[in-house]
Amino acid sequence: MKSSVITFPGSNCDRDMDVALKKFGFKNKMVWHADAELPKSDLVVLPGGFSYGDYLRCGSMASKSKIMQSVINFANSGGMVMGICNGFQILVETGLVPGVLLRNKYLEFICKNVFVKINDKKNKYFKNVDNEVLEFHIAHNEGNYFCTNDQLKEIEDNNQIAINYCDENGKIEDQFNPNGSLKNIAGIFNKEKNVLGMMPHPERMIDTSLSGEDGSLFFKNLINNLK
Amino acid sequence: MKISVIITLKKDVLDPQGKVIHQTLDGMGFNDVNEVRQGKYFEIDTKETDNDKAKAKVEEMCKKLLANLVIENYKIIDPK
Repeated sequence: MKSSVITFPGSNCDRDMDVALKKFGFKNKMVWHADAELPKSDLVVLPGGFSYGDYLRCGSMASKSKIMQSVINFANSGGMVMGICNGFQILVETGLVPGVLLRNKYLEFICKNVFVKINDKKNKYFKNVDNEVLEFHIAHNEGNYFCTNDQLKEIEDNNQIAINYCDENGKIEDQFNPNGSLKNIAGIFNKEKNVLGMMPHPERMIDTSLSGEDGSLFFKNLINNLK
Repeated sequence: MKISVIITLKKDVLDPQGKVIHQTLDGMGFNDVNEVRQGKYFEIDTKETDNDKAKAKVEEMCKKLLANLVIENYKIIDPK
């Protein structure tokens, strides 16, 4: 399986993602934002970080960079595109997934482990994951998911919510919502579910000696689903 | 020609920064403030000399980059 990780000026989780993808069997290539062509890929990842210093709105500049037209075409033709953290912010700015990510409700940069509940498994990202709840890491200032009422209805009707913030038992309540996001949304799909944007970082949970291994479950499963 | 643009958050969108500014103003003794909403202001100096054409171009800029229409409104200030 071939993957590509896009590096934007200010990306800082691109190499972590590279390590994670390779650890679980992907042949990964790093792709520079100013390139026009995507290498042949089964998965494209927009990594976390602070592309363009978060100027104007997080992800807004990166969403207009040269490589993104190829990424958008790839996604629109059914290609798997995953945006993590800043990558999620870039995805919403391209319009590939609906909504926006606002400043965290309490204006704090949040950096901690959280639990997320998988809302939908009828997709290549979460199909066959045994667990209902995963422990991932979040580190963001703008993760407060918001969309219009019409968009929310559409998202819910199409079952586009991927994961919600919850407690370790999978209970989705306000008190387990770290950033004020609508309906505890931590990640969403596009309508076709080949594009996934999420705030949590699975690539930070791939080594038990450093953190946890729920990211390992995620990546192992992902490559199997793509085969 | 210089054209200015003001970007504001839509009414229903939470503005935590505006809220904190409001609270701080309250604490400073400005007790008669109803609400504070924070926005962005841009000055765009364009080579276009035709007023209408320049405004149309800036409107396109607002829609494509300067504003995110899910959460923000834009207002173009007439060039003088």
